[in-house]
Amino acid sequence: MKIVLNGDQKEFNSELTIQQLLDQLQIPAGRVACEVNLRIVKRAFYGATILKDGDAVEVIQAIGGG
Amino acid sequence: MNDTALVIAGKTYKSRLILGTGKYKTLDLMKQALLAADPAMVTIAIRRVDLSDKSSQSFWNYLPEGLPILPNTAGCYSAEEAIRTAHIARELLQTDLIKLEVIGDPKSLFPDVQATLEATRVLVKEGFTVLPYTSDDPIIARRLEEAGAATIMPLAAPIGSGQGILNPLPVRFILEQAKVPVIVDAGVGTASDAAVAMELGAAGVLMNTAVAEAQDPVAMAKAMKLAVEAGRLAYLAGRMAKKFTGSASSPTTGISPKRDPAAL
Repeated sequence: MKIVLNGDQKEFNSELTIQQLLDQLQIPAGRVACEVNLRIVKRAFYGATILKDGDAVEVIQAIGGG
Repeated sequence: MNDTALVIAGKTYKSRLILGTGKYKTLDLMKQALLAADPAMVTIAIRRVDLSDKSSQSFWNYLPEGLPILPNTAGCYSAEEAIRTAHIARELLQTDLIKLEVIGDPKSLFPDVQATLEATRVLVKEGFTVLPYTSDDPIIARRLEEAGAATIMPLAAPIGSGQGILNPLPVRFILEQAKVPVIVDAGVGTASDAAVAMELGAAGVLMNTAVAEAQDPVAMAKAMKLAVEAGRLAYLAGRMAKKFTGSASSPTTGISPKRDPAAL
C-alpha cells in the first residue's frame, strides 16, 4: 500500500491506522495534527482511522516562528 | 501611574510585548530570551514534521511553562491556505487564537490585504480570535475591524527588516480610529523602535528578528521588555509640547554677576 506522507511516496506492507503510522515514525500524537486528503482528523480518531492506498497524509507540528 | 492591562477578545495579558520564536541560534538561547522578555504570548509557526530530522520536536521543551501560544499562518499566500493553517493550528494547540498572515509578495513580505480581509471574515465566523497582520492602510484597518478582527496589527516596516517605525503617520490614523487593540507587528529593529511604537499609543508590539538576531538576544529581550514599558509609560504620561526655540531649565533671574541680555 502506498500513501503520500508529507509530500513523499511511502510504501507499507499492510493497511494501518494513523496511530500506527505515528508509532512507526516515533512521533508522539500529542504534538502533531494530521490531515488525510486535506481533511483534519481529530486526535481521538487516530486509532480508528485506517489509511487507504493513495491517501495523502500530512503530519504537522508547531515550530519556531514570528 | 496606573495602567490597564492589554486585553484581547476579553482575555487579559500580563505584558504588551509579543515575541516570536523563530531564527534563534539555539533553542536554549530562545528560552533564555523568552524568560528575559516575559512576553504576553509567543508566536509559533505551523509546518510539516520533518521526517528525516525530528530534532525540531524538542521545541516544546524550550517554551517556558504557561506562556500563551499565538500560532501564525506565516508563509501563506492565499486566504484558503491561511484558513487551512488556522484549522490545523486550532487542532494542534487547542486555541482559537490565530495570527493571520497572508503574504502578497516574497520580497517585501507585504500582506495581501484583500485576501487577509477574506480570511478574517471566514475565520471570525468559525469562532477564531483573529489577529491580522496588515499594512498601515487605515481603510483596510477599518474593514478588518468591521469584519471582527480582535486586533489590528499594522507593519511598521517589512517583516524582519529592522528598519523601525518608517511611517508613523498612518499608524497614528489607525490608532485614532481603532476600537480594538492596535499592535505594531513587524519592522522593529531595536529598543527605541519599540518605545516609539508604544509612545504613538500602540497597545502592544510584536517582534521576532530584532531579538533573535541581536548579538546578545537575551540582553535585547530584556531591553525590549523595558522599552515597551517605557514607551507605554511615556504615552500615558503625555509628552511635552515641541518648541522651536530653546527654553532654559534653570531660573533666568538672579544670575551673578548681573548681565544685560541686550549686550549679548
